[in-house]
Amino acid sequence: MADAVDMAIVDKGIDDSIGKLTPERIESVIRRVLDKESGARLQVYVETCVRCGLCAEACHTYLSRDKDPDYSPVAKVKATLWEMTRRNGRVDGPFLRNAARIAFTECGTCRRCSMYCPFGIDIAYLLSTVRRICALLGIVPQYMQDTTNAHSVASNQMWIQQDDWIDALMWQEEEACAELPGALIPLDKEGADVMYSVIAPEAKILAQLIGNMAILMKAAKVDWTMPSADGWDNSNMAMFSGDYEIMGRVERAHWERAVQLRVKRVVMGECGHAFRGAVYDGPKWLGWRGPPIPMVHAVEFYYELLSTGRLKIARKITEPVTLQDPCNIVRGRGLHDKLRYVVRALCEDFRDMDPRDEHNFCCAAGGGVINCGPPWKLSRLKSIRVKAEQLAATKAHTVITPCHNCHSGIEDIIGHYKLGMHTKFVNELLVKCIEMPGS
Amino acid sequence: MVNPSNWDWSPGRKLVADVNDAGPDFVVRELAVSPDGERLAAAVQNGDTHHIRVNGQLEPQEYEKAWHLRYSPDGRLTALVRRNDQWSVLVDGQVWEEQFDYAWNTKFSPSGSIGVQFKRDMRYSVAIDGTPWEQSFLSCRDFAMSDDGQSAAATVQVEALPEADIFKFLQGTWSIAVDGKAWDRKFLNAYTPRFSANREHVAAQVRLDLFEYTAAVDGTPWESRFGCIWEPTFRPDRADLLVPIRVDGGWTLAENGKPIWNRKYVQLWNQRLSPDGRRVAAVVATSYGRWTVAVDDVPWKLTFGNLVAAPVFSADGHHVAATIRTDAQWSVAVDGAVWPAVFDMAWEPVLSPDGSAVAARVETGGRHALAVNGVVWRPRFDRLWDPVFSSDGKKLLVRGIDDGRYHRQVLPVQEVIG
Amino acid sequence: MYPYHVPLVWTAFIALFAGLSYRLVSMARLAAREKTVLPTLDAKYGARSILHWVIPFNSRNMRMRPLFTVVSFAFHICLLATPLLLMGHAVLWKTAWGLRWWSLPPVVADATTLVVIAGGVFFLLRRIAAPEVRKVTAVSDFLLVLLVISPFLTGFVARMQWFRSSIPYSTMITIHIVAGALWLAAIPFTRLSHMLWFVFSRAYMGSEFGAIRRARDW
Repeated sequence: MADAVDMAIVDKGIDDSIGKLTPERIESVIRRVLDKESGARLQVYVETCVRCGLCAEACHTYLSRDKDPDYSPVAKVKATLWEMTRRNGRVDGPFLRNAARIAFTECGTCRRCSMYCPFGIDIAYLLSTVRRICALLGIVPQYMQDTTNAHSVASNQMWIQQDDWIDALMWQEEEACAELPGALIPLDKEGADVMYSVIAPEAKILAQLIGNMAILMKAAKVDWTMPSADGWDNSNMAMFSGDYEIMGRVERAHWERAVQLRVKRVVMGECGHAFRGAVYDGPKWLGWRGPPIPMVHAVEFYYELLSTGRLKIARKITEPVTLQDPCNIVRGRGLHDKLRYVVRALCEDFRDMDPRDEHNFCCAAGGGVINCGPPWKLSRLKSIRVKAEQLAATKAHTVITPCHNCHSGIEDIIGHYKLGMHTKFVNELLVKCIEMPGS
Repeated sequence: MVNPSNWDWSPGRKLVADVNDAGPDFVVRELAVSPDGERLAAAVQNGDTHHIRVNGQLEPQEYEKAWHLRYSPDGRLTALVRRNDQWSVLVDGQVWEEQFDYAWNTKFSPSGSIGVQFKRDMRYSVAIDGTPWEQSFLSCRDFAMSDDGQSAAATVQVEALPEADIFKFLQGTWSIAVDGKAWDRKFLNAYTPRFSANREHVAAQVRLDLFEYTAAVDGTPWESRFGCIWEPTFRPDRADLLVPIRVDGGWTLAENGKPIWNRKYVQLWNQRLSPDGRRVAAVVATSYGRWTVAVDDVPWKLTFGNLVAAPVFSADGHHVAATIRTDAQWSVAVDGAVWPAVFDMAWEPVLSPDGSAVAARVETGGRHALAVNGVVWRPRFDRLWDPVFSSDGKKLLVRGIDDGRYHRQVLPVQEVIG
Repeated sequence: MYPYHVPLVWTAFIALFAGLSYRLVSMARLAAREKTVLPTLDAKYGARSILHWVIPFNSRNMRMRPLFTVVSFAFHICLLATPLLLMGHAVLWKTAWGLRWWSLPPVVADATTLVVIAGGVFFLLRRIAAPEVRKVTAVSDFLLVLLVISPFLTGFVARMQWFRSSIPYSTMITIHIVAGALWLAAIPFTRLSHMLWFVFSRAYMGSEFGAIRRARDW
């Protein structure tokens, strides 16, 4: 049985909105998504599933909740999409309340289960379809909807005003120059080799990451730029809330900024889901088969700088470290080997987790789950005991998390399970370890 | 207004300025070249102070910051500058009297007016030619000026939104303000205000409900509603409004609320009008991942894999060109045919008045060059600005830096294309 | 086989092939409407994924569940091989169309038949015993397994000439043919169609993982 405490969680975005729905509206929205917005993929997936349950062991929620069968991927689909299909959209408020909880908070669309299904059924896609239905019906967890609203207004996920963005960049340039003279942040430099794009938390709460990047770019002599205007944040909570129209708008703004600046490629900061939004979900909805201009994730970029000797390591981190593989750059881009190359270059005592690489466990924060906010925090932490066990087994002091969601998610896990570790971005380790020019 | 015929069009090359002649103490942060090519401006930094240099002459003022160096179309030099922790706009050596807590996003009207967004006392607004609107707002994220610069319209937040209040958001907290006065109606979002040519009308994208979009003209939304739309464009000769609309998962072009194109595209955006307003060209995806330009609903046969940038019409409206990227290489497509040469980068094409010549700056092997009708002119540059055609289309103004020296050069188009 | 069995077998094969064709064509149309699906399919990575998943113990999940992997592969291989390579069927192919191919020695065919039946029983028991499977199991899932093993069960009973005293051999053969016909006809229209869609769902996931996400999906 699903956890009774979690089932009783009240979320205004879901509970207050459900009451306003009529049976006709529910039915027409579900039919619209099933008949018009979906097609062969959905039909094949629904028909092909032989209910073998082999996906269960893939899911961190299922494993962390004592293998409660209600939390297996297929059970989540059964409780949501199958029923919607079977009942032809004629479902009621309590059903939708349950479906929204499952789709938004108990599945992070990490796609691990797709690798355990013999048919390769994209279960995350099915639950994203449920999210889409919920979004069209206006039942989205409050904090996630608020983030989507921020995207719609500000083209970034934290309502950052345009002047605050520019100010943050100028401030970080001063900080970076204090560390390494000449570590400038060139704004709107046309034709630069690299446009560096970040997500809003880097401007609002973790600005030093931008300063760090300025130091790395200077040290590696990279011709780079950052945009001063909207389009700098390609993170995308709308992609996870099911508001694909806003998702598309955000990604279009990002890519058109890159095209306008005529940069050769975009380096995406240490964020997994922004990478996913920018290279995959966003372009796909907009009609691009891939990003119109190449994009590399920071991890790939660091790998390139280190392996070609453009950045040199002067000293290594000695304390034991472990590494969180972010789903969206591992299952989403196969960067696990490059990531380990970078970590080994920086750290003397690297203790890997198992399972790892494409088979990593998600941090349970990704896919928008952490953005569902405080009401769901405890539920999220109950769903990720396996990660706490994995982390504890490494006895590391530092967890390297090259993704903002992983960073926050693992911080929460460390706090909740009292693991006594701390998280770091690769970028923070790099500035400590590299050989500074002139020194 | 810009009038290139008054410029010096006598063929020849002249050295205008040395980029680094200020010496090693100065870091060159930004460069800008006047439209006529006669001046090279630089935003330079010496320790903590910022300065502006024009043609090697250091201007006397010092700033805490000076950036966003831009020449207006009529040749005035602007920059965003900070002094005593207050921001303002520098125009040809004079800083606006008005000071702001922040000022950014400099825009120019074709007539030469200069506008910025600003923040003062945590309120947001717009200032044109040094005069701020009387009204200010909780936020402001974009603005547009009328062609004559007499009016401005901005996307503004008119209602406060308590933290994470998703229900108040649904009631509408955004609108469009025209010359400081907000439309009566509030929307979830309002985007991309646009003026009609005679500045009598303002249109914008508006979001009426979470999944309901349409265009609004002077505060009144169209009656028809769409799953999604993109930015509107007025026809230059009248007040008819063109908007890309998404219907049943495909895109087409609507005019005044009704579809005027028959084809459905996987994507349609960046529509541009011929100067006479009769022809419409837009970037379209004819199938997933295949991009091209459609002119009056007829897509070019040639499609491109990576991207197609906004199309550009010739002054006579007969020719259309666009930058394209396909198979990871950049080039320029003109009237449905692509240049055989490919580049590491290509900028927006510039068309001669009759469209017979299309020029673009391109980059190959880390060096910049000028290409005309697909032919690459031999000289290479460290940096180039967009070429400009003379009014008769026979000469080209080339503005470029090579080996640290900025030259202005006028050359016959024939010299490039042979 | 008796003359009155012939239309039954014909009907079954027509239902199977017409059904499969219909499903394929209508699915292809649906896929074309979706615009992104067909262009995403990538021959190389699609094939790579299929290949990796038809080799036993090649995916992590298969290695995590050795018993299931062995049973499942044995069941599916025997399920396909037995009807095609059974000597009793080969005679029919030959008399009907003059087609000849290699047949399984009778003892081996008995064994493969028993593997299918045992596998079916395993799946039935697993549906009851494993909570994560029971949770998503419906009555139809049991019926489907019974339908699949019924031709094998009845065929084996006929071959062994069991219960001859109560059920005449010809009746048993008729039951066997009816069961087989129902099984064939059900493939396109029930979840047995996973036999058809496996290739496509696998290929799509393989394409997404390989060509777009540059990762392995096994």
